[in-house]
Amino acid sequence: MLKITNLKASIEGREILKGINLEVKEGEIHAIMGPNGSGKSTLAAILAGRDFADVTEGTVTYYGRDLLTMAPEERSREGIFLGFQYPIEIPGVSMVNFLKTAVNEHRKHKGLGPLSASDFLKMMREKKELVEIDSKLANRSVNEGFSGGEKKKNEIFQMAMLEPRLAILDETDSGLDIDALKIVANGVNRLRKPDNATIVITHYQRLLDYIIPDYVHVLYDGKIVRSAGKELALELEKKGYEWIKTGEENSVQTWKPGMS
Amino acid sequence: MQENNGDDIIKEVTSGEYKYGFYTDIETEKIPKGLNEDVIRLISSRKGEPEWLLEFRLKAYRHWITMKMPRWPNLKIPEIGYQDIIYFAAPRSHSSDKKGEIDPELKKTFDRLGIPLGEQKILSGVAVDAVMDSVSVKTTFKETLAELGIIFCSFSEAVRQYPDLVKKYMATVVPYTDNFFAALNSAVFSDGSFCYIPKGVKCPMELSTYFRINSANTGQFERTLIVADEESYVSYMEGCTAPMRDENQLHAAIVEIIAEKNAEVKYSTVQNWYPGDSEGKGGIFNFVTKRGICRGDNSKISWTQVETGSAITWKYPSCILKGDNSTGEFYSVAVTNHHQQADTGTKMIHIGKNTRSRIVSKGISAGMGQNSYRGLVKVLKNADNARNFSQCDSLLLGDKCGAHTFPYLEVDNPSAIVEHEATTSKIGEDQIFYCNQRGISTEDAVGLIVNGYAKEIINQLPMEFAVEAQKLLQISLEGSVG
Repeated sequence: MLKITNLKASIEGREILKGINLEVKEGEIHAIMGPNGSGKSTLAAILAGRDFADVTEGTVTYYGRDLLTMAPEERSREGIFLGFQYPIEIPGVSMVNFLKTAVNEHRKHKGLGPLSASDFLKMMREKKELVEIDSKLANRSVNEGFSGGEKKKNEIFQMAMLEPRLAILDETDSGLDIDALKIVANGVNRLRKPDNATIVITHYQRLLDYIIPDYVHVLYDGKIVRSAGKELALELEKKGYEWIKTGEENSVQTWKPGMS
Repeated sequence: MQENNGDDIIKEVTSGEYKYGFYTDIETEKIPKGLNEDVIRLISSRKGEPEWLLEFRLKAYRHWITMKMPRWPNLKIPEIGYQDIIYFAAPRSHSSDKKGEIDPELKKTFDRLGIPLGEQKILSGVAVDAVMDSVSVKTTFKETLAELGIIFCSFSEAVRQYPDLVKKYMATVVPYTDNFFAALNSAVFSDGSFCYIPKGVKCPMELSTYFRINSANTGQFERTLIVADEESYVSYMEGCTAPMRDENQLHAAIVEIIAEKNAEVKYSTVQNWYPGDSEGKGGIFNFVTKRGICRGDNSKISWTQVETGSAITWKYPSCILKGDNSTGEFYSVAVTNHHQQADTGTKMIHIGKNTRSRIVSKGISAGMGQNSYRGLVKVLKNADNARNFSQCDSLLLGDKCGAHTFPYLEVDNPSAIVEHEATTSKIGEDQIFYCNQRGISTEDAVGLIVNGYAKEIINQLPMEFAVEAQKLLQISLEGSVG
């Protein structure tokens, strides 16, 4: 569904992505790992259409279409979902109103009429149960006053509501305690279907104990320097990013969570 | 967001222009432009007024010519040529006095504005007085209301049919000496609505007046008087629109409300006068004096306004809290986009004991818009235990607009509790992008965020108009985020 070819991008003249190649097929879960500043979040932002980075070279196609020319809202309606690293607060706008607007825009895009209030509330109830989110979150303003964990859970809830074909989760695990991490991971696993795909961007291996990826890619200094199966994540955990950086298997410095 | 093509987006969406800017080509009777005592006599005679009213007008005029245009508002107002304005214009075939007949062209105009004047089609819970230029063309549900003793008619008709009531109450809240525009209005006022709710009657439907400016080069100077007698209740609503023109047009109105003992009046405005184009050309100058007095104990007056139109807005709907335990409220959303300017707020004058007032003002500035809140809370010496709470919030879209707050407090009684809160915030690119990423377009995102921000005010409006006001807020901000 998604094909990234030789993608290069820079921010204010500084090259951040230096030729990314990646192909994601339906049913797959890809993990992208890498130290801070390697370009993970920039990649996620470019895929979602936030244009603070200039794409200087390369192509991204989504079901054969040129993704980079599509407006962010169109990408969303076509099934691309970004789970934000730092979800945004929108005071005064209730989650119900926000999601109703979003869901109905998605429906309109598919040629469907808007959901009735009762159908919508029913859908919300079902999805809340599916991702184990307490119902009071949905009655508050979008992310306003939510704790870090609540914000991340709320991202997964929105993902459940919008049923994306391609979900990109940008450091969704950061700042979560182990219980919240499990809830988030369970949500992602339950939403998995043969025809959708997920890109999990993470700094840590621990999320991958709960979301088992088909592929692990290591992004380092704007390039994918290594791709392999899920065992790569464990290897990284053991040996640290220094190992990738230097290419030496017996690097002295061990990488620990939180270091970069 | 999208700095690189922001200009294009702005251009594209501002073409979603003012919906009510059409002109009705209808035969209109106008008097020559200019203002002097003869013109005032002419207006008065056209309306067949009694001598006392002409005298009132002339006194007001003689006072007005001694006055100067106020310069204290935070507004840039171009010179207004008072001798270039036509002070009276009436559709020739208007028929507010003949039973039920209305010129098809006029009916079509109001249909187009969403104000059907046939009683079978009309929103069942709302009675409408429709005013075009200087005259009322139709008042609906007059007879139904009359059965309850409620008087709801045009001001001109009230002068003819209920002169004693008009004489008793007119200019008791806003005297002609009050200010420059009040004096001008008192000299030349044409039509408006009159409403009297008798003792103990709760008005069963919304009363409303719809003001339409149609003719070019005319000013609209309407006068509205609402009297709620003891133990009565009424909810009153006004709306207004005007054609798009390159020239500015003056609208200087007076609204007076009197609430007797235990009476309650809710007054709502959705102001959508033509705001001028995106370059700041044309638009209505909306210079209005609105004031209510809670005369009796336990009475209540509540103002709610959604101000999206007009090139310049200058108005302070106020409450004089004379009766003990009386309450005044002011809820306002004011939007200034493009080159619009607004200097608006309220005055709460606490005179009686245990009087309460509440002010919630939400300013929204976009484009080059300038939005000022100006409010006075005054507690007089004998107003024991007066309470006021004021909240003034400003929301900015973009970095070329401005928000200003001018709160005045004059407290002469030590038992008073007066609170003031103020916030300023900006719609962030990240909020818009967050909405975009969930499939919501930028325009809809702005609408969602602004309506969330203004919810507290919109909720005060009668149901039928709340939906309309929400749409209006979104439309008036189209093109404000690039």
